[in-house]
Amino acid sequence: MDAADDVNLDLAAGAEAQSSGPGETGELELVQRAKAGDVGAFSELINRYERRILRLAKRITQNEEDAEDVLQDAFLKAYENLDRFQGNSKFYTWLVRIAVNEALMKLRKRKSDRTLPLDEPMETGEETVQREIAVWEGNPEQKYSQEELHNILEDAIQSLAPSYRTVFVLRDVEELSTEETAAALDLSIPAVKSRLLRARLQLREKLTRLFKKQPEDMLAYL
Amino acid sequence: MLTCKDFLRELNDYLDKCCDPSVRAEIEKHLNDCPNCFVVADTTKKTVNVYKGMEAQPLSDKLKSKLMGVIEAKMRGCKKA
Ligand SMILES: [Zn+2]
Repeated sequence: MDAADDVNLDLAAGAEAQSSGPGETGELELVQRAKAGDVGAFSELINRYERRILRLAKRITQNEEDAEDVLQDAFLKAYENLDRFQGNSKFYTWLVRIAVNEALMKLRKRKSDRTLPLDEPMETGEETVQREIAVWEGNPEQKYSQEELHNILEDAIQSLAPSYRTVFVLRDVEELSTEETAAALDLSIPAVKSRLLRARLQLREKLTRLFKKQPEDMLAYL
Repeated sequence: MLTCKDFLRELNDYLDKCCDPSVRAEIEKHLNDCPNCFVVADTTKKTVNVYKGMEAQPLSDKLKSKLMGVIEAKMRGCKKA
């Protein structure tokens, strides 16, 4: 994977969710058919998005069992409310909003006995201070097996406060726009932007500790 | 003159390519002159990209059949046509 060196951060490019390759039925057509009662069409929509919805749910809830419930409930709700889907947004974006709501409810239920409210990150002002400034190895991902890399990246996400984590996952992983993220989480646009910045910087900091280029003369001490 | 703090404030828009051209030019000038901010911009960009490049894992067979069972029961229950 050499994606890390790819300069293209153009968020519009991340249309993976809705891209329909040649011979693949368009998302909107599937939705229309599902609305008309075509079971196969809705199953196809599930096939397309189940993995990403499950991953999203896991990342928000941090609990396997809850994530599986969220997956199921999100598709059930989507089916029940298909008539309300107007086609103004992508179906995937609409589905993500449903899943996010379900996941946040689960998370709140689990954390209700804890003290830190989900939507109020601690603003210490210290979080944007950069401590770890070092260039990365050329292809840091290649130092690790797929599984190790997966664990590293998931652990880093899980270490973020829920309010940062959720914004990061929606903006940078699911590639919702700032406006869509704000709407899904019921946040203001400036709040989404500042949380995204903190999330990105905190992740950068964590990954830098693992991915940074080791000075050559370190070898002398081995 | 853009300071390191100003740069951090603009970092998101810079990475998302949605800051206006004059700000962008100032940022690029700062990145030329300031090695620390250059590294922060570069590694933040890589951080975002490494997450974008991740594939979502497939559902287990057990979960998949449970999901489809529930959904199909629902769809049969309220078939519209
Ligand atoms: Zn600087």
